[in-house]
Amino acid sequence: MSIDQFIENFTDLFDETDPDTINETTSFKDLEEWSSLLALSVIAMIDEEYDVEFRGEDIRNSNTVEDLYNIVKSRVE
Amino acid sequence: MEYNPFTLTGKTVLVTGASSGIGQESAIACSRMGAKVVITARNQERLHATFDQLNPEVEGHMQLLADMTVQQDVERLVGELPKLDGAVLCAGNSMTLPLQFGTREKFDSMFDINFFAPVELLRLMYKKKVLLKGASVVLIASIGGTHSFMPGNGVYGASKAALNSIMRYAAREYAARMVRVNSICPGMVNTPLIHDGTITEEQLAEDAKRYPLGRYGEPTDVANAAIYLLSDASAWMTGHDLVLDGGFSL
Repeated sequence: MSIDQFIENFTDLFDETDPDTINETTSFKDLEEWSSLLALSVIAMIDEEYDVEFRGEDIRNSNTVEDLYNIVKSRVE
Repeated sequence: MEYNPFTLTGKTVLVTGASSGIGQESAIACSRMGAKVVITARNQERLHATFDQLNPEVEGHMQLLADMTVQQDVERLVGELPKLDGAVLCAGNSMTLPLQFGTREKFDSMFDINFFAPVELLRLMYKKKVLLKGASVVLIASIGGTHSFMPGNGVYGASKAALNSIMRYAAREYAARMVRVNSICPGMVNTPLIHDGTITEEQLAEDAKRYPLGRYGEPTDVANAAIYLLSDASAWMTGHDLVLDGGFSL
């Protein structure tokens, strides 16, 4: 898995946010469009794309997109 | 003789999903109201833990292992059941998932346990005449899918809405044998199901504040409603979905 692909999957979940403004250092919870439903979508996307069980607290413990990616990566193996 | 229209003394009641949450509490509560209770679940150890908490003053409680999503298990269970005056079908699961991720596979897994499993058990209990004349069946549904439509609850809610629909048809058809069928539609109840980690504890605590009565339900709230529906106090009630949500859906 690559971080670029992960960022693309992540960005796809947003409707209003310009994809070019999201990169690995983005503090995603500060994005205006961020919501509890988007959090659920992130969990569902990670399940669908990576077959990894992600939890609400994983999102809570993450600040940047890279933080999310690192957790997913650590569970892929 | 003490006046108590809610007594379950002399009744035999089946409780599915009895190893945790609403099922466990319902089984214990029914036994404390005097019922002989037959409990079932998948996990022997946890089922036994519930069995140990049943009221020892009533004799003849039974525990039967079965996975409600396995047809052979359901058929075997129905064959082993004593004649029943009541049943509380609690076995179920939840899923929090935005609809755009709700694949057929997700729907199937949710409907298997929340819809097809209780429907098949109910069908066989009626067909094989395990349910005595005048028996009362309580299905644990949800406000989700009929009274509340929270984002992320669609797959789950649809399975419970389907269950509420069948509940009404069963109430009409099974009235031929005076068998009553009702459902309980709880809002969020503090059980292992909602504390599975998909939603953080902080979010749950915040959400609970949106309930007019200021809290999520407890399993005992649901168990008490089940006692009412199983008892002769509700003898004229069938085909009803009893909303139990601290005012959330108002």
